[in-house]
Amino acid sequence: MLHKHAKFVDVSFKGLLWLCIGATLTTTTLVVVILGTEAYHFFSLVPITEFLFGTHWEPLIEPRSFGVLPLVCGTGMIVLGSIAFALPIGLGIATYLSEFAPNWVRSTIKPTLEILAGIPTVVYGYFALTFITPILRSLFPETEIFNAASGAIVVGIMILPMISSLCDDAFRGLPSSLREGGYALGATPYEVVTRVVLPAAGGRIGAAVILAVSRAIGETMAVTLAAGASPNLTANPFESIQTMTAYIVQVSLGDTPVGGVEYLTCFAVAGLLFTITFIMNVIGSQLLLKTQWQSRS
Amino acid sequence: MNTWRYRRQALFLWMCRALTLLALIILGSLILHIAKEGVSTLSLDFLHRFPSRFPHKAGLKSALYGTLWIMCLTALIAVPFGIATAIYLEEYSTKNRFSRWIQINITNLAGIPSIVYGLLGLTVFVRYLNMGQSLWAGALTLSLLVLPIIVIASQEAIRAVPNPIREAGYALGAHPWQVILCQVVPAALPGIMTGVILALSRAIGESAPLIMIGALSYVAFVPEGPGDAFTVLPVQIFNWASRPQVSFHAIAASGIIVLLCVLFTMNLIAVLIRHKFQRYK
Repeated sequence: MLHKHAKFVDVSFKGLLWLCIGATLTTTTLVVVILGTEAYHFFSLVPITEFLFGTHWEPLIEPRSFGVLPLVCGTGMIVLGSIAFALPIGLGIATYLSEFAPNWVRSTIKPTLEILAGIPTVVYGYFALTFITPILRSLFPETEIFNAASGAIVVGIMILPMISSLCDDAFRGLPSSLREGGYALGATPYEVVTRVVLPAAGGRIGAAVILAVSRAIGETMAVTLAAGASPNLTANPFESIQTMTAYIVQVSLGDTPVGGVEYLTCFAVAGLLFTITFIMNVIGSQLLLKTQWQSRS
Repeated sequence: MNTWRYRRQALFLWMCRALTLLALIILGSLILHIAKEGVSTLSLDFLHRFPSRFPHKAGLKSALYGTLWIMCLTALIAVPFGIATAIYLEEYSTKNRFSRWIQINITNLAGIPSIVYGLLGLTVFVRYLNMGQSLWAGALTLSLLVLPIIVIASQEAIRAVPNPIREAGYALGAHPWQVILCQVVPAALPGIMTGVILALSRAIGESAPLIMIGALSYVAFVPEGPGDAFTVLPVQIFNWASRPQVSFHAIAASGIIVLLCVLFTMNLIAVLIRHKFQRYK
């Protein structure tokens, strides 16, 4: 039966698969359309300049004001702090694993660090709240219960495996002739790493940082639990702040009427979030592709 | 004569070692801290009780059932679509602009913050399709979230199947669908399975999108069908952890222990499958 109609089965099988591709395309379209239309509704109520450049965010209580900068600043603090925490450690790990570690160490440590990547974000939030914050408070007594520093450190821990494994791939992807050239000139491993390996892998490290930043921007539960819910335009890491993602969670936890301006703020903030992460993801993944070392034959 | 260069080198090596050790210490203290906080309130009874206003009476029953439901439904929805997309992209599509565009689209989907998927689910499934705060809405939202992960993992598994296997099939006169279904997919199955398990463990650890579609509501019953309201482990943990009382933090830690045990088991299964069955890498 099937053999007789093999040609027909072939075409319909291919068609069926083709339809399934539609799922991914529909998702993208839906994200863009929904964020776009709801944000359009929002901007017909609130001028876009007030949203983007206003310095006061108080959308839930009268008198309302819709300046998103405090949220962007909160997210920015988390991102800067987490990168400042994760990049040095990640680079150190990647250097150790790719340049110095014996094979058995490498093959134990790599999967162990992968565990960090598989832990759910709500667990990190709990860890920040009950472990990192008390430590910070004993070191700096003026620290509030919810504070940006704790959130930044915990997001740094979350993106650490991503940075270390991307950098490790970048280092190992380099042709060994580069290193051998350095060693032949009598350089120490330190000199080879800082003068040869790091410059040659620079583009890929940049891509890793961009992708990690995008991940940190989108991080939600850990910063909601650790960094608080007070949108302050501040540069003090020991104060409570609110990120863009944490604001969206806060609205969804309350009883906001559907269609009201409070509800629409979510979509405006999410639209901004989506735009930023989308741009960073495109730049990051293109940079990863462009900086691949071609094996010369 | 150049001893300072060697000293600098030794210092550098020790610094790298120390940073690696630091990461391991962080991981260790995370696990130890949670074990210390949560082990005293962890009991079989804890798994059998419904949530409660009183921490010593609260339990995980509804969350455990919710997580199980969500995992099964998400697998049912996302796995067929994910594998089918991967097969089309690897076996049928020619390298033209359309397929490159689809590929970029999938990579970007994997990078969208999960909370945006939550808003998508809230608008499309909960509001427009009138599913309410049901398991369907949650599973569909999470399916969209893990779909790109499944596609990318399956693509890698299919790409790793060596070409001679396909050629041998065609040489025997098989049609493309026969080669794909009877040769390529079985050969790639261990890799696909590993990817699916990892994607599902991402799904059951996700809380933000489910909070967006409204899974937080206090659930004191076991969902009986996919139309029922639900809660899941991470959402329940978030609920407990965000309360000010310290006694709720302890049961949040117990919940985390349960969640991590589930996740580690799934990851272990994935690793075992990869080691035991994977022939092509």
